[in-house]
Amino acid sequence: MRSLWRTTESALLRDVALVCLADALVGAAFGATSVAGGLPWWVPVAMSLLVFAGGSQIAAVGVVLSGGSPLAAVAAGAVLNARLLPYGLAVADVIEPAVVEPAVVEPAVVEPADVGRRVGRRWLTRLIGAHVVTDESVAFALRQADPARRRAAFWMCGLTLFVAWNVAVVLGVLAGSLIKNTNAFGLDAAFPAVLIALALPALADRRPRLAAGTGAVIAVALTPVLPAGLPVLAALGGLATDWRPRRPLARRRLTRRRLTRRRLTRRERTVPRRDDAVLAPSQTEQPIGER
Amino acid sequence: MPLTAIVALAGITYGFRLVGPLCRDRVTLPPAAQRLFTDGATVLLIALAATSALTAGHGFAGWARPAGAGVAAVLAARRAPFPVIVLAAACTTALLRLAGLP
Repeated sequence: MRSLWRTTESALLRDVALVCLADALVGAAFGATSVAGGLPWWVPVAMSLLVFAGGSQIAAVGVVLSGGSPLAAVAAGAVLNARLLPYGLAVADVIEPAVVEPAVVEPAVVEPADVGRRVGRRWLTRLIGAHVVTDESVAFALRQADPARRRAAFWMCGLTLFVAWNVAVVLGVLAGSLIKNTNAFGLDAAFPAVLIALALPALADRRPRLAAGTGAVIAVALTPVLPAGLPVLAALGGLATDWRPRRPLARRRLTRRRLTRRRLTRRERTVPRRDDAVLAPSQTEQPIGER
Repeated sequence: MPLTAIVALAGITYGFRLVGPLCRDRVTLPPAAQRLFTDGATVLLIALAATSALTAGHGFAGWARPAGAGVAAVLAARRAPFPVIVLAAACTTALLRLAGLP
């Protein structure tokens, strides 16, 4: 039992290390291409510390380097990071300090200062934990079976990745600033290569593949006419392909039902309109802030 | 890229991250919204890859860069390691430029 625990633990360590290494290479590429593209050294460094979300950092810098406005860069980065919201929800219970409540033995003994300290610690844990919510840390946490191991995996991956990512970006910046003629080294091709490598796993499914393909066509087609940065945002129109197979079908079914109902009411007015009661709640429900 | 833009993006990003830990019992996302978020990220990455591979400014980037990106796409589809993908793309483009292709 003990050795089993140890082997799974070391397997987790090894996997985290591998992921950090892979991400460090992305970070180094990000730092190098940003500086080589002409940005000051502190831009990739500050972004890595404050934003700490690889895809959006690369996207924002890409928009700016292609001549787009900072506003478009922020918008692109923000859209990319919207996925962190569901991630944060998925690991919300993981980002809590391990509660070692000694049951409620003597409630009178608990001093207010002690309670305050515990609440403060919980908030600090949440605030720090939220910053290291990434694709990787969430994936590692959710792969574990019990809460304690989830927590351990989340923090291990999150904090290690934060250090690895930032160190790698600094190293990349140093390397990138050594290269003067970036185009001769083909560094401008490294940028789309990084993006493709990042997005490819998600393209295994047909639905995102169709949306991404459509979006790419939209973006390239609009590049000659729109200001830089906007074509990429316009690519989000590709998401409409997500709905096409479902929406017309639903609408067709709805109209058909409406038609039959109209025919029925025309024939015999006494028929109760049950359909209304059945349809209404399912259409109005599902708000985001549901309690 | 001004510092204000970086701080703005950092703030928005941190906001997205903080919603879960702060209101974990009060917020539930419909699966459709979750799907939209992750697909939106993929669409943006691929669109950015396509525009940065094919275009420079408002025009065509020349053949060397798309060729490098194409090599990267093929290698990525074959699950090549990340450094191989990036290096192959850069080398392809560099060699094509050396050969005189823009």
